[in-house]
Amino acid sequence: MKPLLVKGSEAIALGALAAGCRCYFGYPITPQNEIPELMARELPKRGGVFLQAESELAAVNMLLGAASTGVRAMTSSSSPGISLMAETFSYLAALELPAVVVNVSRGGPGLGGIEASQGDYFQATKGAGHGDYHFLVLSPASIQEAYELTARAFDLAEKYRQPVMILTDALLGQMKEPLKARKIKPRTYPKDWALTGARGRPGRILRSLYLGPGELRARNELLQKKYRAMRREVRAEVFGTEGAQLIVCAFGSLTRIVKEAVQKAREEGYPVGYLRPITLFPFPERYFAPLARPETRFLVVELNCGQMVEDVKLAVCGKAEVELLAFPPSDLPTPEEIYQRIKKCLRKPRSSLRS
Amino acid sequence: MPKKAQIFPSVLRERPFHYCPGCHHGIAHRLLAEVIEELGIRERAYGLASIGCACFLYYYFDVDICEAPHGRSCAAATGAKRARPDLVVFTYQGDGDFAAIGLGESLHAAARGERITAIMINNTVYGMTGGQLSPTTVVGQRTTTTPQGRDPQHYGHPMQIAEILASFPGVAFCARVAVNTPKRVLEAKEALRKAFLAQLEDRGFGYVEFLSACPINWKTDPVEALEKVDELVETFPLKIFKDLS
Amino acid sequence: MKFEVILAGFGGQGILFAGNLLAQAGMEAGLQVTFLPVYGPEMRGGTCNCTVVLSDREIASPVVTYPSALLIMNQPSLDKFLPRLRPGGLAVVNSNLVSPEKVQEASRAKLVFVPADDLAEEEGAPRLGTMAALGALVAVSEVVPPEKVLSGLKTLLFPEKKAFLEPNRKVFRRGWEFGQAYKLGEPSKF
Repeated sequence: MKPLLVKGSEAIALGALAAGCRCYFGYPITPQNEIPELMARELPKRGGVFLQAESELAAVNMLLGAASTGVRAMTSSSSPGISLMAETFSYLAALELPAVVVNVSRGGPGLGGIEASQGDYFQATKGAGHGDYHFLVLSPASIQEAYELTARAFDLAEKYRQPVMILTDALLGQMKEPLKARKIKPRTYPKDWALTGARGRPGRILRSLYLGPGELRARNELLQKKYRAMRREVRAEVFGTEGAQLIVCAFGSLTRIVKEAVQKAREEGYPVGYLRPITLFPFPERYFAPLARPETRFLVVELNCGQMVEDVKLAVCGKAEVELLAFPPSDLPTPEEIYQRIKKCLRKPRSSLRS
Repeated sequence: MPKKAQIFPSVLRERPFHYCPGCHHGIAHRLLAEVIEELGIRERAYGLASIGCACFLYYYFDVDICEAPHGRSCAAATGAKRARPDLVVFTYQGDGDFAAIGLGESLHAAARGERITAIMINNTVYGMTGGQLSPTTVVGQRTTTTPQGRDPQHYGHPMQIAEILASFPGVAFCARVAVNTPKRVLEAKEALRKAFLAQLEDRGFGYVEFLSACPINWKTDPVEALEKVDELVETFPLKIFKDLS
Repeated sequence: MKFEVILAGFGGQGILFAGNLLAQAGMEAGLQVTFLPVYGPEMRGGTCNCTVVLSDREIASPVVTYPSALLIMNQPSLDKFLPRLRPGGLAVVNSNLVSPEKVQEASRAKLVFVPADDLAEEEGAPRLGTMAALGALVAVSEVVPPEKVLSGLKTLLFPEKKAFLEPNRKVFRRGWEFGQAYKLGEPSKF
């Protein structure tokens, strides 16, 4: 297959098309406009629907309507636009709608900037809206993975009747790499919940209002059970952790820079491992637990002020030291900076943990 | 020989309404059910229950119904209709839902000429939350958040949504009706039928605004409320503003 | 083999196009590639740069601290990036906008001055100076065969922008010949 040289945003759109996405709704925002622009060109050719909404608010509710009919549908935006969608995210989760949302995140808070940032980790994994709910969150680190994970997001969304988010950023969104746009066979799941018109059956209801005694509790318990079941989907990329004194963790596009630094350190003989969560929710705790030992230290590198580090701390459960290397959004860090920090970390004496 | 009147529309589930005495939701529900039945669209119908007194729409209608966040019914309806154009999609919203928090979604759906039917129950107050000021509260009207009456210096004048929508080329049918007299009930049903026909005949956005009573929040009894609807007609004339059929 | 190049100049000089083209050529030559543009407000009028990495192995970082090569189209870009060039690295510099006398720290880098804008103008496409510089870079570095750049041009421009195909080809060839001549110390034909 001839590879295509495409941006991450384009790979996401192509992955969605390959997975049989039929409807796209969105509102323009930098740095993800390649997604709606590609969808506007391609979806109508395939009998699908592209509609630019009057706001992110409208876009995500169009997504809600389309997803409720059992059709594969998506929206995409960037940080401030994602914030605007947050109320409806809660509804999507509560109504258990298989919808795909892409966040090509940018710097914040507020208007922030348009540079790469991972400042939306909390928002994505802990739920931006109200109530106890989660999206399943996937975070690609290459153009190929952006394609594969987006396609997979549609399957997972239907498998669990669950909104799925692709969390990426301007770095991956804007960079280009070869993509092998392999053909994807979408999986099919029963849709006995979809609102397709009550032909020969009673009317179906998709609702989230539960006022009866104990109803809402039962509803929440059901959702939590599903979130626990989703743990079987957790994925991470790991190497060099055996005998490592330091394990460097990062997610998403930043891991590309981190990986370069880790590889350099390893080539020079430093005992450094690498762990990249691919599913951000559910968090791949089971990859961390066996590595959490007093003689190992974790270095969490993030393009924000420190968010995933909290999940890493929960995952290692006090059994290993966890250190943060935070780069608040502005300029991208260089592999050299991270490499220097890795060396410094290895020289640092152990804390009282060991005793 | 006249046809035998059907006592209960098959589209309605047999369960008592939860609405307050004298509330007009019940009449509007019944008319909607009758129109769905008579047009033979029950098996294609897709309704949006919005936030407010009518959020329990799905308890009464035996058609597919989805819940939308407050104000977003017209956007969700757009998504459903675009995804499956064979569905007959309607929203059922209050004045707060349609004209305050959801005005953007409502107007843009109408401007795009979405092939959906929007029903707005205009009772000039937020009913479910206890009778607060809404965009359609009339000048001088007392609500729990305008205890001295709506002061146009402070809150401006009520919004006439049907009149606004009539100016949109995408709107194919637009009417304001009331159900406080038997004659008006019949006219309301006909308007509702035409608003669905606008969708079924692929002509554009259909809109029916019900000028409705909310005796509890108006602090009137049900019979006085019927008279009060007549007073509201000064601000909200009952009329077919547009009919492109 | 790993070739890390930063291309930099004014917005509007075709820096991103040249970087994209080099990555496309690398991919068509069977290499691993990444192309990372700097985008945003810098796109129009200001300085503009992008990073291209070509390698025969998997590429981790698309961000490069110390590049092995530079393609420099104006003075501010030279000031910014020359200090980061690796010792012994290659810098192809547009001598129409950067005067060789002003170049400091030249000793540790291999500097190739190309009158890129003049070459482009002589080929009747005065706005394609960056293509001439790219031609010289490809000739001197031998990072990809020049034919792959030409086929890459076709991939990028055909069919929507095919009118631009021939001018770009001509200017690239001209730059490549200039680079070859520099390398061999004698004139060369494509």
